[in-house]
Amino acid sequence: MLKRHKSKISFKMIQRNWGLYLLLIPAVILLICFTYIPMYGVLIAFQDFSPTKGVFGSEWVGFEYFKKFFNSYQFWPTIKNTLFISLYSLVASFPIPIIMALFLNQLQGKKFRKIFQTVSYLPHFISTVVMVGMLIVLLSPSTGLIGSIYSLFGLEAPNLMGNPGAFSSLYVWSDIWQHCGWDSIIYIAALSAVDPSLYEAATVDGASRFQKLIYIDLPMLIPTAVILLIMRMGSLMSLGFEKIYLMQNDLNLSHSEIISTYVYKIGILSSQYSYSSAINLFNTVINLILLIIVNTVSKRVSENSLW
Amino acid sequence: MVKSKIKSSSKDKMFTILLYAIFSLGFIIILYPLWFIIIASFSDPAAVSTGKVLLLPKGFTLDGYKALLKESDIWIGYRNTILYTLVGTLIGLFVNICAAYSLSRKDLVGRKAFMTFFIITMFFNGGLIPTFLTIKSFNLYDTFWVMVLPFSVSVYNIIVARTFFESSLPTDLWNAAQIDGCGNLRFFFQIVLPLSKAIIAVIGLWIAVGQWNSYFNALIYIKNPDLYPLQLVIRNILITNQMQGSIGTGEAALIALRTANLMRYAVIIVSTVPIMCVYPFIQKYFNKGVMIGAVKG
Repeated sequence: MLKRHKSKISFKMIQRNWGLYLLLIPAVILLICFTYIPMYGVLIAFQDFSPTKGVFGSEWVGFEYFKKFFNSYQFWPTIKNTLFISLYSLVASFPIPIIMALFLNQLQGKKFRKIFQTVSYLPHFISTVVMVGMLIVLLSPSTGLIGSIYSLFGLEAPNLMGNPGAFSSLYVWSDIWQHCGWDSIIYIAALSAVDPSLYEAATVDGASRFQKLIYIDLPMLIPTAVILLIMRMGSLMSLGFEKIYLMQNDLNLSHSEIISTYVYKIGILSSQYSYSSAINLFNTVINLILLIIVNTVSKRVSENSLW
Repeated sequence: MVKSKIKSSSKDKMFTILLYAIFSLGFIIILYPLWFIIIASFSDPAAVSTGKVLLLPKGFTLDGYKALLKESDIWIGYRNTILYTLVGTLIGLFVNICAAYSLSRKDLVGRKAFMTFFIITMFFNGGLIPTFLTIKSFNLYDTFWVMVLPFSVSVYNIIVARTFFESSLPTDLWNAAQIDGCGNLRFFFQIVLPLSKAIIAVIGLWIAVGQWNSYFNALIYIKNPDLYPLQLVIRNILITNQMQGSIGTGEAALIALRTANLMRYAVIIVSTVPIMCVYPFIQKYFNKGVMIGAVKG
């Protein structure tokens, strides 16, 4: 009886709020067409897909393409490069915005602080293409900044872009240069919520400014940091395609081929649709497993979690 | 308070000095590469390669920019990017703000289910190839629309806008409007939107900057050079070096090579100037947007 009554109410609510559903329709349709339909298309990873036969007509081959990837000579190098660059990037770029926010919060000159913040956000708005272009022109041994600096000391500049060993560092540190200011915003916001009476109490107890930073400010940032860390871990294997693809060249390919660039080359450039989808699906599954593991660990240890 | 400031120990003073030193170094690290590109684009390439251009331009020249003017590809790219940015921003704003408002209303039946439907797409997608095949099957491949329509939904933006609506529009407002016989759509367009200019500005700017800077979709879905956005054109000039194929040998080739290098500096400036010009005016909005988003984490 009660249930029927309830469903009658919600039906009435739906009827009365038809306008709200109308507002939702464009986004829902776009997501169905361009996100959910492709999810279904993942099935081609288990098929010998041919575009003329479509998803329904193509032959099923089970895990054949996954096996092909596991047995290919590209398997270990791409996995290794993906994980190495990703972990390097995480370890180097995760703490820097936190440190920056902590120090910035200690600056007493309001004006200096504001100017620094404005300047540090600036590189974030440079496009990936321009960023990589900048790396190439600045690091060019003959015509770039590095050439100028080395020639001041009468030395020959190294060709960093062509050096496979330098690839990961170039990628990570240029990323930090570009985004660390922007990434610190969220921590600066968290710090502005610190109760001022805590500082006053600490001053009375004779705490130095550095001690206040460690014992008052830092703990404020931990919940935010943990959530961001979990999210980063969950995308450890989906290292950004855009920048790495642009930074690749024939000389550094041994250290710069990662899963997403490999998927692009196999799939779009050589049209091996099923094989490429299989590699991508494998990647997604690893990501999901990582996300679940990290989230569970964090839930147990610190009570911070995504769900 | 004042007293404690005066009494601050010498340790604290050291700390302050250290802080200013670190941040001054930070200034140089962030700004110098940008400054070098600006001065190098106006300098004689020979002076750049011998390390004479470090603080100010040497042998002032506009050759790089002149060479750039002759590259018609860039201007086609510029036009295309402006169109993609305008249309893409309008579509993105419409789709995301409408959905966000609807999802912000607690009396929306099935709200939770819709939210799940949206959030799932943040963690899962079909991947490159299935999406590519879907775009082809909709006949959007190599068209204007593929750049502005299929990927215009941003769940992150929806969540930010929804949080804004939830926190800034009191429920009483809707109740009062409803009593006066105002429907949902009229309420949204005539009352909610004018009250939400701040969030519309933030999201619009985010989408616009994203559109201006993106090259990935064009790389995958655009084949026709007449539809290339600016970023794809400058990628060819800066990174894939397409011009160097036409260069021969000898004195003339050396000059051509130098102009080409100069042009690469100029390209960086020309493609980035529009964003850098609007940046000072919009950066406080960006800031605000991140804060609103951060509340919900």
